[in-house]
Amino acid sequence: MASTSTRAPVGLSSVTRDGIGASPRRPDGTLKVTGEFAYSSDMWMEDMLWGATLRSPHPHAEILGIDVSGALRLPGVYAVLTHEDVPGEKRYGLEYRDQPVLAFGKVRYKGEPVAIVAADHPETARRALERIKVDYRVLEPVSDARRAALDPDCPLVHEEGSLPLHEEHNQRGNRVRYQPIRTGAFADGASVEEVRALADVVVTGEYEVGMQDQAFLGPESGLAVPAEDGGVDLYIATQWLHVDQRQIAPCLGLPADKVRLTLAGVGGAFGAREDLSMQIHACMLALHTGKPVKFVYNREESFFGHVHRHPATMRYEHGAKRDGTLVYATMEIVLDGGAYASATPAVVGVASSLGIGPYEVPHVSVDAYGVYTTNPPCGAMRGFGAVQACFGYESQMDRLAAELGMDPVDLRIKNAVSQGSRIITGQEIDMPMPMAEMLRRAREMPLPPDRSSLPAPSDPRTLPGGVANTSHGEGIVRGIGYGVGLKNLCFSEGFDDYSTARVRLEVVGGEPAVTVHTAAAEVGQGLVTVKGQIARTELGVERVTILPSDTRVGSAGSSSASRQSYMTGGAVKTACEAVRERVFALVRERGLVEDGHPDALLSLSGGKVVSAAEGVLISLADLLGGEAIEETREYHHRPTQMLDPSRGQGSSHTQFGMCVHRAVVDVDVELGLVKVVALDAVQDVGKVMHPQQLAGQIQGASAQGLGLALMEEIQVHDGVIRNPSFTDYLIPTILDTPPMRIDVLEHPDPHAPYGLRGAGEPPTLSSTPAIVAAVRNATGRPLTHAPVRPEDIVGIDPPQG
Amino acid sequence: MDFLSPSTWEEALAAKSAHPDAVPIMGGTDVMVELNFGRRRPPALLDLTRIPQLRDHGPDDGYLRLGAGVPYTTIIERLRDRSPALAQAARAVASPQIRNRGSVGGNLGGASPAGDAHPPLLAVDALVELASVRGVRRVAAREFYHGPRRTARRDDELISAVLLPEPAGPQSFSKIGTRNAMVIAVASFSLALDAQARTVGTGIGSAGPTPLRAIEAEKFLASEFDWDGAASPSPATVTRFGELVASAARPIDDVRGSAHYRRHALSVMARRAVSWAVTDYRKEIARCA
Repeated sequence: MASTSTRAPVGLSSVTRDGIGASPRRPDGTLKVTGEFAYSSDMWMEDMLWGATLRSPHPHAEILGIDVSGALRLPGVYAVLTHEDVPGEKRYGLEYRDQPVLAFGKVRYKGEPVAIVAADHPETARRALERIKVDYRVLEPVSDARRAALDPDCPLVHEEGSLPLHEEHNQRGNRVRYQPIRTGAFADGASVEEVRALADVVVTGEYEVGMQDQAFLGPESGLAVPAEDGGVDLYIATQWLHVDQRQIAPCLGLPADKVRLTLAGVGGAFGAREDLSMQIHACMLALHTGKPVKFVYNREESFFGHVHRHPATMRYEHGAKRDGTLVYATMEIVLDGGAYASATPAVVGVASSLGIGPYEVPHVSVDAYGVYTTNPPCGAMRGFGAVQACFGYESQMDRLAAELGMDPVDLRIKNAVSQGSRIITGQEIDMPMPMAEMLRRAREMPLPPDRSSLPAPSDPRTLPGGVANTSHGEGIVRGIGYGVGLKNLCFSEGFDDYSTARVRLEVVGGEPAVTVHTAAAEVGQGLVTVKGQIARTELGVERVTILPSDTRVGSAGSSSASRQSYMTGGAVKTACEAVRERVFALVRERGLVEDGHPDALLSLSGGKVVSAAEGVLISLADLLGGEAIEETREYHHRPTQMLDPSRGQGSSHTQFGMCVHRAVVDVDVELGLVKVVALDAVQDVGKVMHPQQLAGQIQGASAQGLGLALMEEIQVHDGVIRNPSFTDYLIPTILDTPPMRIDVLEHPDPHAPYGLRGAGEPPTLSSTPAIVAAVRNATGRPLTHAPVRPEDIVGIDPPQG
Repeated sequence: MDFLSPSTWEEALAAKSAHPDAVPIMGGTDVMVELNFGRRRPPALLDLTRIPQLRDHGPDDGYLRLGAGVPYTTIIERLRDRSPALAQAARAVASPQIRNRGSVGGNLGGASPAGDAHPPLLAVDALVELASVRGVRRVAAREFYHGPRRTARRDDELISAVLLPEPAGPQSFSKIGTRNAMVIAVASFSLALDAQARTVGTGIGSAGPTPLRAIEAEKFLASEFDWDGAASPSPATVTRFGELVASAARPIDDVRGSAHYRRHALSVMARRAVSWAVTDYRKEIARCA
């Protein structure tokens, strides 16, 4: 294939800066650092009203009646709406349409929206909520996910026949999806007892992953503005404008083109903005009152306003030969989806297909359940399904290594997948997967210095407990642990996913300039920068403007599943190529090259059209004059398949990514406190698009995994969240986050644009088990619950109730 | 909600007298959280930020007088030698931004058992100065905490200052949190030795309905401690001290930790505090010799 990058054209004075592989500054970077960036919660309009939401105080209750008259009588209140006022469909949903816009019949989680208010002041709106009377008959909560999955006598969260049917998901009772996978002897019907006889060594384990929160800093917020055509314009912080539009419009009883969305400043997402929060409510109130309506959740409400990471209970059994060769594995995972389906079917699809991780195992049996309970709804969060499973299978690998007396890295290398391996769904890994090399590289990285050789070993900031002064070195034991995670990238299981880009090339002020328009959500990950880099590289033009993301252009898909550089990057690249072809056609039209001159010999660089043979042919400014070239393209990835519902076979994933972590921790073994000393990563990203942003993604994902390992858990008891605040839901601070060595490999994926692999999620998988393994290494405790609590380390029962 | 904003201390006292249910606000690091979460809707806020003397500090008849509004940052940066345990506690408070605004007066006003300033005030036997239009009185910190968020302060009184005795021996403060900064105490402990009086002071935070003292532990250590030579106490003595501290706590299970863990952590912190005190005491002897 001809390469455009290796030619040395004659007469070209400048090449194009800030293309792919460089680290140009983010267009929104300065504003964000200086506090001037407008987030969705900063929006304001003359005469706007403030929305507020009345939420269920009970996890499970029948609604006997709602009386809004008291609220309506309060001066300053413009509207009080309930389910009766929903103009169209009463329910919406990301995958299943099962979630009421406003509760009717019953409430299924504490915090479920029941009524909404618009008033001229947020305090007035809040007081109006207090005047709405809802008569409830409290029902027994369904809070045990395992019982919901396996006990046919468990009360139903959703009434029989009230849900859309999804046979392919083995949906039944409280099961949103049940996915079995059977390979090897298990596929032929062998029992566990029979397969167990093939192994010399067997280890079993039960593990739990707590409910993690995405903990974005910008709360749910948006502004709905009624339009003269009877439609509505919604300015919203979200992850996928078009899937919001697709869910909102039917509930408003409007055609999609009457519900126009523009992305507002997003203060973090991590999956928590995949589902709707206040979108339909704001539009309903705006259409009802004829005035703009703004919603901003406060921090406590935010904990009830978005889905969380599915808590999981897992049971594993691994059997191996004496030399460490894995023979079989069984896994049962129960994922608590809470009251509504959200992304639960997809989470089950990932947790099952990646359930035993990146290891070659001939006989595998997996049973993965995603269930309804009356707990808070759970859905998308960075690495979903794969994060939970990774904590389980990596814990098992360490347990097996200990049982065999083997080095845990050697055991992993012995059973590692590589290019050409098949995962348990039968899908071939048809891209580089140098797992053994990555493990070796992680092991060979220099270790941090011992405490005794630190310049200031008594600096409390270097100790567990930090400046709270709990240790001057007493009780501190160091531990080392490893983790590896296999992650699917892009959407899976037969979804024809695509992104759309519109690219325009024209001359502005005598200079060539490019505008790129997509609907892709910039959620902080830096796609705005990458889109510009791709346009510069492909069109040889430095001046690139990224238009605001909105629904005036086709869908870009979701900013999730590590997919935007791949999908929207692919769309921008494809659209740029189409623009470039038209530029070359114009060059031929003008007779600047002979007829039949192949495009492969032409390129765009430094604002000029360059021929490999003849050097600069013409500047784009001279070529285009007043003419603009605009092309819109959709980019689709290769097709994938659904897993079959009985044996879980099928090439369900688009791409695989992997990260390896080595964690070094100091543990105060008497107090149960942990300081992560080092958290080093090796990741294969195929192609580095923006080195600085890539490092940010790896550091951030690793820190989020650190949080899950050591502190982040929404504590739910009988359906009630007990710590809905950043006072008691702890996320890592800079004193908890160690320096990281990052070793990036670039083995290109031949199926992907530029060979790149999504990079944002894989480190979230591996950092958690690596840190917990290091704490186990220091303490000798089994530590089967993530996050590890101080009680677990010192051997005391965790708090009850 | 009324917002009262006196510009002199006399006006502030008059305002508090006229509006006993007004909630004083200075740094706002506690009060604003409560307002934002809707936990509290007081009829009035009494803004004390315009009263300069609340930020004063200086000697007062053998005590360090610390205005109720002196921010934690000032205590850490300028008063560390005069209030070692309190300065350590101040350093453990939240984040730099909050330490720039938060103050000991606010901790005393809120009287949360998790407030970081309380254990050192108990351990060093500090005084709390309360003022009203009726006059000024000083109450020992050890008599100040009456119940969950209830104190000796009367409705018409404002906290004007705390008075810390001159340090007369080693002091320390330790706090358990499940992350390494910016965390509410799961349990905290302060120890202060008075070499002249040959007494021991303790303070326990976040392990009972109020900040607590471990009086039995204080008496035990005072009698066992080698006040002349600072010989290392026997392991049995250190263990016993830890047990007595733990048994003085009245913790509960909550989202931050279990009662059992809190007692365990207190015993560990108490044991370590004794060993640090011995080391510091020896240094002091060596310096004076």
